[in-house]
Amino acid sequence: MIKAVMMLNTQGKPRLAKFYDYMPVEKQQELIRGVFSVLCSRPENVSNFLEIDSLFGPFSRLVYKHYATLYFVLVFDGSENELAMLDLIQVLVETLDKCFSNVCELDIVFNYSKMHAVLDEIVFGGQVLETSSAEVIKAVEEISKLEAASNSISLVPKSVSGWRGR
Amino acid sequence: MSSSSTSIMDNLFQRSLEDLIKGFRLQLLGESNFISRALEEIRREIKSTDLSTKSTALHKLSYLAALHGVDMSWAAFHAVEVVSSSRFQHKRIGYQAITQSFNDQTSVMLLITNQVRKDLNSANEYEVSLALECLSRIGTHDLARDLTPEVFTLLASSKSFVKKKAIGVVLRVFEKYHDAVNVCFKRLVENFESSNPQILSAVVGVFCELATKDPQSCLPLAPEFYKVLVDSRNNWVLIKVLKIFAKLASIEPRLGKKVAEPICEHMRRTVAKSLVFECVRTVVSSLSDHEAAVKLAVAKIREFLVEDDPNLKYLGLNALSIVAPKHLWAVLENKEVIVKAMSDEDPNVKLEALHLLMEMVNEDNVSEISRILMNYALKSDPLFCNEIIFFVLSACSRNAYEIIVDFDWYVSLLGEMARIPHCQRGEEIEHQLIDIGMRVRDARPQLVRVSWALLIDPALLSNLFLHPILSAAAWVSGEYVEFSKNPYETVEALLQPRTGLLPPSIRAVYIHSAFKVLVFCLGSYFSSQETTSSSLAQESSSGSSSMNAFTHGSILNLVNVIERDLGPLSETHNVEVQERAKNVLGFIGMIKQEIAEKLDLQDNETESSRVTAFMEDVFSEEFGPVSATAQEKAGVPDGLELKENLVDLEEICGEFLKPVESESVSYTDKISFSISKLRIRDQQEASSSSSPPDEASSLLAEHRKRHGMFYLTSQKEDPDSNSTHSDYPLANELANEISQDPFNPKRKPNQSKPRPVVVKLDDGDESRITPQAKKNIQTAKDDESLSLAIQSALLVKNKGKEKDRYEGNPNSGQQEKEESSRIENHQNSENKKKKKKKKKNGESSKHNCTNHDGEMK
Repeated sequence: MIKAVMMLNTQGKPRLAKFYDYMPVEKQQELIRGVFSVLCSRPENVSNFLEIDSLFGPFSRLVYKHYATLYFVLVFDGSENELAMLDLIQVLVETLDKCFSNVCELDIVFNYSKMHAVLDEIVFGGQVLETSSAEVIKAVEEISKLEAASNSISLVPKSVSGWRGR
Repeated sequence: MSSSSTSIMDNLFQRSLEDLIKGFRLQLLGESNFISRALEEIRREIKSTDLSTKSTALHKLSYLAALHGVDMSWAAFHAVEVVSSSRFQHKRIGYQAITQSFNDQTSVMLLITNQVRKDLNSANEYEVSLALECLSRIGTHDLARDLTPEVFTLLASSKSFVKKKAIGVVLRVFEKYHDAVNVCFKRLVENFESSNPQILSAVVGVFCELATKDPQSCLPLAPEFYKVLVDSRNNWVLIKVLKIFAKLASIEPRLGKKVAEPICEHMRRTVAKSLVFECVRTVVSSLSDHEAAVKLAVAKIREFLVEDDPNLKYLGLNALSIVAPKHLWAVLENKEVIVKAMSDEDPNVKLEALHLLMEMVNEDNVSEISRILMNYALKSDPLFCNEIIFFVLSACSRNAYEIIVDFDWYVSLLGEMARIPHCQRGEEIEHQLIDIGMRVRDARPQLVRVSWALLIDPALLSNLFLHPILSAAAWVSGEYVEFSKNPYETVEALLQPRTGLLPPSIRAVYIHSAFKVLVFCLGSYFSSQETTSSSLAQESSSGSSSMNAFTHGSILNLVNVIERDLGPLSETHNVEVQERAKNVLGFIGMIKQEIAEKLDLQDNETESSRVTAFMEDVFSEEFGPVSATAQEKAGVPDGLELKENLVDLEEICGEFLKPVESESVSYTDKISFSISKLRIRDQQEASSSSSPPDEASSLLAEHRKRHGMFYLTSQKEDPDSNSTHSDYPLANELANEISQDPFNPKRKPNQSKPRPVVVKLDDGDESRITPQAKKNIQTAKDDESLSLAIQSALLVKNKGKEKDRYEGNPNSGQQEKEESSRIENHQNSENKKKKKKKKKNGESSKHNCTNHDGEMK
């Protein structure tokens, strides 16, 4: 199971933080800070894995990847393979790249909703369900279309929207 | 019309999430100000009746909650409203909010059931997907129960997009509502036949989690898993199946035999490192008895270790440490790599290497390895340095210092550790110094020597982390003063001015040790006076060959020095220090007169010699290690009432002496009551008293039966103290009574000194340092009813399959209950099919859309 997904920038600001086990928001912020403090002290060219029992409980592992100004972090337990998780980050980044073409941190900042859509297609309730970027993008595009469609009737009075159908 | 126009107005001027984010980045006010203003806005907007306004507000709130730690639980009801909108965008926002913030405490959880049900039945698969995600993240027992039928339907959905998520949600539903297992299990398992790799991946993922929680219940499905293991070419699927087998094989060893070969096949064939690693991990953790598999796995580990990629190196070392306990040869083979890894820049790698190094330690190489490690420690950063020290300490002290042959060397090593600049393991070193002193008689001279070196160094006194070590050094110097070369110097060291830097508790130890030294010196002096011509060396025990002659002058000097140094301490604030100082000064007061006047000390009856003899007696009893269970063995002393008084208390102040949670009575009242009421009564009275609770007395009787010899005699005509003492073994005796470790002559020819005797306790010898738990120990709670549910579902399924066969279902003949024969059958049919070149039911990777052959180098 995946316990959490985070994207932090190199100053420690979270750009995305999703926790698959419920915990109160203060705890979440605490964990984000904890993860950041461990990450920022890591030298370059070392392994991408960390043991973070103190933060997330026993048998938790963390894999991170540093892309430009962002740290992509996945926290998981013993049911996931470390290298596969590393690969999953790769999939996530590739998908974002295809979505936004040459994605950078700003894209992620301003497209909060879309990012979540992408992530939700890949990780469902803590389990990895989709690993193909193409499939994910297909689904995300569909979702965007649906949202746009539902938005286009926002300024039209109800009677007309009723005629148009959903 | 007017309502929609106001909503248009609301909407037009409402800040959207994008606006919020932009505003955030441009704001100059300070983040928390900005957030509180935004929150105010949100609170206003969210109350609007217009769903668009509401949902935008909710959206902003979710954003703030996730990234800025703002609490959003108060908006739960609004989220319920938003989710009921027919517009997809609103629904999405609503579900996101719900998924993010709802938990067991949310009171409005019940309100979403119907909405979720509606959405699960929706024709729009994206709405279904939203509802499924919600259920999988926050599903409660009630939700799971109410929505099981819908989940059941969705498991058979024709759209794989929906089906895979339905499979995913099953995990949570099963967990929260066990009866769902009966309903959904069959459909779940049918998906093993699926040709869609994502579906298969989902199913296998779910079973991986279930197997982690309770492997026993998934055992009957082993044939299905085996089929997947052999046929699938999808790495994600294979990894999960391997994890499942790792769990299953640890409880069912026969399974190991069957899967070893397919796993080795995968290891040889695949290029995906993740799969190789998982195979290796499975082999070394659960199939460690299969030599061939282990050999192959170790070869693969070696490949990982020599790669440049730090990840592979780290994982290789990790796998090696799993295999180490049973197959030390694997570790020894890779010794050079491990030692090299100790100086890697990656802290993870260093730590793993250290751990492996310690696995290789045995009594022949312990000194060599410790030497290497100490050198590393001096050069390392504080964290790693302390890890090294910790590992050395724990390895050497394991099993009462099993691997140590030369204690003199080890004791000096402990002293060396104290001098390492970053050392923070003072407490453990302290414990070991004292422990060795108690257990290993022959090591005491060296202990005293090392302690002396530590005590006389004034620089060490200022290092906070070393204080525990100094405390031990002081204790040792006092307790085993007979081995000391120069007790005067010891006393000077113990009372030097810089000891003021020590915390009071340790200072007290110093003072008390000085006391012991003083008594020893006086005792030796007096006894030397008696025997006019014989040298002191005969009197003192072995080891203190070069002791100064105790002249009158030196003794007088000693007494004066102590008096001078301790004098000011008798006024100090700290009670412990003051008390100790006063003890010593009091003693000195008793003897000083006579010493100063140099009375005829050949007379044994002088007060000072009597007093000295008395104190010597006090200090002569030897300390031994105490068993951790010693306290239990000491019986409840006669006459101690544990229940009786409290019953009385109940009568008198029952109305306000409630169980602990009550805050109505102040603590002091309670205490004063209990103290006044506590009387120690006779055993007789106790046994005949009103109504001691049956449980307590029966427990006591049982305890007495088992440990009768430790109880004092119940007859009250005991006053003969001798008899009670003989019934009641001395604590020391108890601890020492068992197994003195026999010593074996060394194999190594150049080991001149035999290993000294180490006192070990039979039981209750706790190791203080608990070894770090390794990853493959399962700690998941076993959910009894869930596993029962799964097992019963499996029985049903098996019966169902039989029926199928009789109806002519072209399923391969796997109807026997025994999984091994089922697997054999499968293997046979596999072979037949291979011969006929018939393609298997299709988890072939040609349909594979995942790209995991190119993964991770």
